[in-house]
Amino acid sequence: MKFTRKDILGIKDLSVDEINLILETAESFLEISTREIKKVPTLRGKTVINLFFEASTRTRTSFEIAGKRLSADTINISASTSSVVKGETLIDTARNLEAMNPDVIVIRHSAAGAPHLLATLVKQSIINAGDGAHEHPTQALLDMMTIKEKKGRIAGLKVAIIGDITHSRVARSNIYGLSKMGANVVLAGPATMLPRDIEQMGVQVHTKLEDAIIDADVVMMLRIQLERQKQNIFPSLREYSQHYCLNSRNIKLARKDAIVMHPGPINRGVEISPDIADDPAYSVILDQVNKGVAVRMALLYLLTGGSE
Amino acid sequence: MKLLLTGARVIDPAQKIDAKMDVLVENGKIAKIGTGPFSTAKTKDAGKIKIIDLTDMIICPGLIDMHTHLREPGQEYKETVASGAKAAVAGGFSSIACMPNTDPINDNRSITEFVKRKAVEANLANVYPIGAISRQSAGEQLTEFWDLKEAGIVALSDDGKPVMDAALMRHALEYGHSLSLPIISHCEDTNLSAGGLMNEGYYSTILGLGGIPVSAEEVMVSRDILIAEFTRTGIHIAHVSTEGSVRLIREAKKRGLKVTAETAPHYFTLTDESLQTYNTSLKVNPPLRSAEDIKAIKEGLADGTLDAIASDHAPHARTDKELEFEYAANGISGLETSLALSLRLVNDGVLTWPELIAKMSTNPAQILNLPKGTIAAGADADITVIDPQLKWTVDVKTFYSKGKNSPFHGWEMKGKAILTIVGGEIKYALPSLNL
Repeated sequence: MKFTRKDILGIKDLSVDEINLILETAESFLEISTREIKKVPTLRGKTVINLFFEASTRTRTSFEIAGKRLSADTINISASTSSVVKGETLIDTARNLEAMNPDVIVIRHSAAGAPHLLATLVKQSIINAGDGAHEHPTQALLDMMTIKEKKGRIAGLKVAIIGDITHSRVARSNIYGLSKMGANVVLAGPATMLPRDIEQMGVQVHTKLEDAIIDADVVMMLRIQLERQKQNIFPSLREYSQHYCLNSRNIKLARKDAIVMHPGPINRGVEISPDIADDPAYSVILDQVNKGVAVRMALLYLLTGGSE
Repeated sequence: MKLLLTGARVIDPAQKIDAKMDVLVENGKIAKIGTGPFSTAKTKDAGKIKIIDLTDMIICPGLIDMHTHLREPGQEYKETVASGAKAAVAGGFSSIACMPNTDPINDNRSITEFVKRKAVEANLANVYPIGAISRQSAGEQLTEFWDLKEAGIVALSDDGKPVMDAALMRHALEYGHSLSLPIISHCEDTNLSAGGLMNEGYYSTILGLGGIPVSAEEVMVSRDILIAEFTRTGIHIAHVSTEGSVRLIREAKKRGLKVTAETAPHYFTLTDESLQTYNTSLKVNPPLRSAEDIKAIKEGLADGTLDAIASDHAPHARTDKELEFEYAANGISGLETSLALSLRLVNDGVLTWPELIAKMSTNPAQILNLPKGTIAAGADADITVIDPQLKWTVDVKTFYSKGKNSPFHGWEMKGKAILTIVGGEIKYALPSLNL
């Protein structure tokens, strides 16, 4: 299969074949990161710009490592989110970058749709590294890759996603991806953190963690943003952690061989107890990070014509 | 110069006229309207009279857009009184009312007089300023209604900065009512709408954009109706966008309350589904709602619950719109598409021609107490002529408004104002008329 897409803006747009191609390509790249010399010349002479309008350690580092292991020149730009403060619009920033002829622009932005705006403006490939509460496609791809590796398949699995669904781009991308791949996706969170009409995305919705994780093959915990407390969408971290924290007691409701995932960074003791986060029998959190590099290598490779 | 408009179908809901008639304009007034002997004037007065053959056209009282934003003073790069007035006459409007959200806010006599002076200088459409309810529209202290009225305002509103303080709204209704000044309420509970960028529902969920619930509007519609009822006053609800608001207003009218309401063309034309491209020209407040809301708005227009169609003309510059969706300004430049979009209601059988003209002329005149909205003999000669069959394509580049922010760019339309007469003078004529 030839990969003909210019941009990776969201999982919503991807077909099952495209997802499979990306995951297979990523699997073939996994090995590079285990070598003594972790570098191949595949993208020599290509330029990748990581344009981050929002703080990120994991994702930005992952993209940078992915580019470097393929010998691309990677440039990181940390920009201010507010165009008003910055004095330059996203459109102007994009046109200036375009004029320097990069091959791929990776963008993270707090405003949903910012990567789409960029993609309509520049001829280069755009990868969405997270836009507001919209999508985070590379996270969903690395999650699917991790699930596939640990479970051997995605189809037919029950995947529970727990936490603040309203503000989670990870949840949205995973709902699209996992549903397309045949998984049964179940959500749980406080009613204030379940966005309106989310069930129309084809998922089951619960307000109790226990109801969602029964017989789950995969339990995916989302980071609770501490500042949401101020918006009164939950009363306190104390109460949240009492009812929505995955711990050694409630994990027993899931299947015995269930895996526990988290996109990071984790709030230990808030949404996930340390004994679960650190338990190799359950936790695949660091495997996710490991797969992230391979998935991003695969996307950079495919977008720069690697499948031709 | 006398004008004799002949051969057209004349629709004047105020006089219950819908017939083929001639209209004679003299000294800025409607001199005669009717059939019969006076039509022979065309031969008798030849030379002293300009005769315009309008066969197959529609003549109606000059359209009135009761909800526009003209941006002057303060944001002349978006629109000026003159450019807005030019857009108005090109869109078929002989009169427009403009909201007070200029910079500075129109909360005192000097701004009102300034806007009126600019309108006189432009010498195009009649421009009726709407004054602010509260100083700086800050929602704290009433403006000087009496002084503003003497300066020429026709209504009061804090426009997009809704009056959250219910007691302040009560006092505005009481004080305004005693001066016969209508209060126009932009109904939005800003606590419920906080952080919202579009209608709250499935599409806001999948797009990851903050939602504005329909209840943010309906809570305030309900509150304002209740306060108007208790104070034995009246209220005008601006740009109704939800099914629930239509229901609340319908019930209030049924109970005999003095509640009037308007909607804008985009609320019966576009839904939130269209936002999937993150196109900022679709960003507007209140936001585009669902298909069910559109259906209810059309029903509300058809059964008279919604009295008026107003454009909510909100011109913006490219720099206000070519941004991330979250940062882009709210609003649609509507003066030059409002009539054509509304005519779709007639073409689709939702409204009759007289009903449409009532909602775009007769009723706005009544709500704002304007001596307009009819072409009875003796009235000001404000006349709009519409070619109901004219096919045209919306091209923002041809807008007279400085605001090119329209989601209707490229749309195929049927029906257009071809002639706009204000005070007996032709202020706009479609170039191909060769007048």
